[in-house]
Amino acid sequence: MDYLKAFIVGGLICVIGQILIDKTKLTSARILVLFVVSGCILGGLGLYEPLVRFANAGATVPLPGFGYALAKGVMNEIDTSGITGILTGGLKASAAGITVAIVCGFLASLIFNPKEK
Amino acid sequence: MNKKSKQEYQKMVEKASPNSNLILDCIKAFVIGGLICCIGQVITNLFEYYGFSQNDLGIYTSSVLIFIASFMTGMGWYSKLGKFAGAGSVVPITGFSNSITSPAIEFKKEGYILGVGAKIFIIAGPVILYGILTSMAVGIIYYILK
Repeated sequence: MDYLKAFIVGGLICVIGQILIDKTKLTSARILVLFVVSGCILGGLGLYEPLVRFANAGATVPLPGFGYALAKGVMNEIDTSGITGILTGGLKASAAGITVAIVCGFLASLIFNPKEK
Repeated sequence: MNKKSKQEYQKMVEKASPNSNLILDCIKAFVIGGLICCIGQVITNLFEYYGFSQNDLGIYTSSVLIFIASFMTGMGWYSKLGKFAGAGSVVPITGFSNSITSPAIEFKKEGYILGVGAKIFIIAGPVILYGILTSMAVGIIYYILK
């Protein structure tokens, strides 16, 4: 059941992205920015939390989940360390993701060469 | 087929294809995007089963997915997946990973500082910038309303 929920919710979020790409000619970079920002706003409003509880990875794996993690991180940080949390919460929440992504990217650039087109 | 009917046929194809393409694109995006999230769920459940703390499950899951996508990008597999799946491969966190690894490899020939080092953030940069800005705005509002 976990898997079915994750599949459907995750799939639907991707369909929204696909409609945006096909209908508005937004580049994928803009889609990524748009999804992270929307996830962050929805997270701040408390609207994304129920989706995460329902679909788990189906809601956290797509990029709005990354935005949601930013919002949740900043709010948790404010709860624990006060006003400083506004400055530290976002990057703290995304630290692992960004670190793993750039380290993997760097290692890949050492190992692999660009593919012939 | 004479020339006129060929042109008419061309027009009909153009008229009909955007929608059917959209539907087909959406189905592909749905299936691949859904599958990537399913794999994420499998990884989460595995970590949970082996007793990792509830709070860190998300971190481990994203890390594994990011690693897999980065490796697939290096092997040239992710771009093939992307051609088929469209947004299905862009929207999950694996697409974020691909957007970092892909330019890192691509711009390697321009050196490790201004090539890899700078271009690695060509898409991740805007995502992080606007993500952090939004999180600050959320934080400020949350702090005031608290």
